[in-house]
Amino acid sequence: MPLFPDDYGSSFFDYLAQQRPDLVPGGHGLIHPPSQPALEESRGLSLPPITHGTTVLALKYQGGVVVAGDRRATEGFQIAGRRLDKVFTIDDHSAIAIAGAAGPCIEMAKLFQTELEHYEKLEGVQLSCEGKANKLGQMVKANLPMVFQGLVVVPIYVGYDLKRAEGRIFKYDITGGRYEESDYHSIGSGGKDARNTMREHFRKHLPEDEALRVGLLALYNAAEEDIGTGGPDMVRGIYPTAKLVTAGGITDVEDQRIGMVYAALIEGRKREV
Amino acid sequence: MPLPYYVSPEQMMQDKAEYAKKGIAKGRSIIAMEYEDGVLLVADNPSASLYKISEIYDSIAFSGAGKYSEFENLRKAGIRHADLKGFMYSREDVTARSLANGYSQSVGTIFSQELKPLEVEILVAQVGDQGHPNEMYRISFDGSIFDERGFTAIGGRAEALLVFLKERYKGAPPTLKAALTLCVAALESVTNQKLPIEGLEVAALDRTRPGRKFRRIPPAESRQILA
Repeated sequence: MPLFPDDYGSSFFDYLAQQRPDLVPGGHGLIHPPSQPALEESRGLSLPPITHGTTVLALKYQGGVVVAGDRRATEGFQIAGRRLDKVFTIDDHSAIAIAGAAGPCIEMAKLFQTELEHYEKLEGVQLSCEGKANKLGQMVKANLPMVFQGLVVVPIYVGYDLKRAEGRIFKYDITGGRYEESDYHSIGSGGKDARNTMREHFRKHLPEDEALRVGLLALYNAAEEDIGTGGPDMVRGIYPTAKLVTAGGITDVEDQRIGMVYAALIEGRKREV
Repeated sequence: MPLPYYVSPEQMMQDKAEYAKKGIAKGRSIIAMEYEDGVLLVADNPSASLYKISEIYDSIAFSGAGKYSEFENLRKAGIRHADLKGFMYSREDVTARSLANGYSQSVGTIFSQELKPLEVEILVAQVGDQGHPNEMYRISFDGSIFDERGFTAIGGRAEALLVFLKERYKGAPPTLKAALTLCVAALESVTNQKLPIEGLEVAALDRTRPGRKFRRIPPAESRQILA
């Protein structure tokens, strides 16, 4: 640290890009997207498969937003992990859920967490909900070179906007495009199946228990239809993760509560069959 | 060409030290004190938004006395250093010791190489957890670093504060109430006036908090604690 020049602004991401470009996801300046001939050539090679995380979702309810994700990680047609967490608490009022290549996903969550905390400490105030969502968009955009190498990372940002006194959901595309969702959203390999379930069961201002049930049901249905999505693992006691993003902060829903929701759900299914 | 005027290194250092001391003496003082749940920091600061005390990392706080623009730059650099280290390695690898060393290096280099030394004194505190002791480091304008126990003070009236506190801070770390009362009494004794609660900036590194240990104690809460 020579004379501490202050030309980095308040963004940790920008600071990292200047100081340690090798540590920035998307390999700012270090890893270039391969040229077309190199791409053609690489198709002949069989690279080891990359770990992927799958279905995550968010839906609004009375008190805020439920954000949930399954626990399965896959490598090609193999199951790579049964306990992967894809829903991350970022700060007191934000969480993100990520689908895509597991390594870069976890890295992006960690960097986003540091980014928001860094801003808060330097500026003395937190970023606004909108500001946080925009910043995440820039990080997704920075990852674009990696997308061409097959390392897709797509998040859902969920934040409680204290000024508006409501929970908000933002979805992204690989170019960093940011779109606000009014009710619910789901991404990942089972995203479409989860959305179908939520479309049937979602109503505005659901109570907490009911919203949690709809979210978990959507994941359950996604797991039935999609090979990449894991359902509740009753044998090992592994359940999807769920968090509640509310004005009072972020609460992890305990495994026991999720287990009870699934027990009731499966009982119901048995009667229907 | 006229020969450059010769000044002996001793003379130059002495002049710089005097210059820096003069600058710091104009500033108000800050006390850091160990209490039963961590470290309490109290600053004589009439501004409610220009902070002298702030959070660096999970269990580390910073405070600076002297020239605001200079210690503000040091504060930002410290946050960048800590966040980069925590991101590269792990959150538990960010330590006050390494941060204080960084400050000592930077401030020391500026003191010896630049024309104008920094007119600042810095305090880095870390709350210990799970049997680890608290750490408090005071870094002087010339980069010299002091490892302190129990309590320490920086700023214009630091020496008088240390004398006052030495007589009164005895034995085991006091409760929050006792520590705050003692800090306020010390600041009042060196300024020879009654300080309004609004004129104090109070913050604590509280080991009972989950995650980030730093918290500001607003005037209303300070008043409650003192009551």
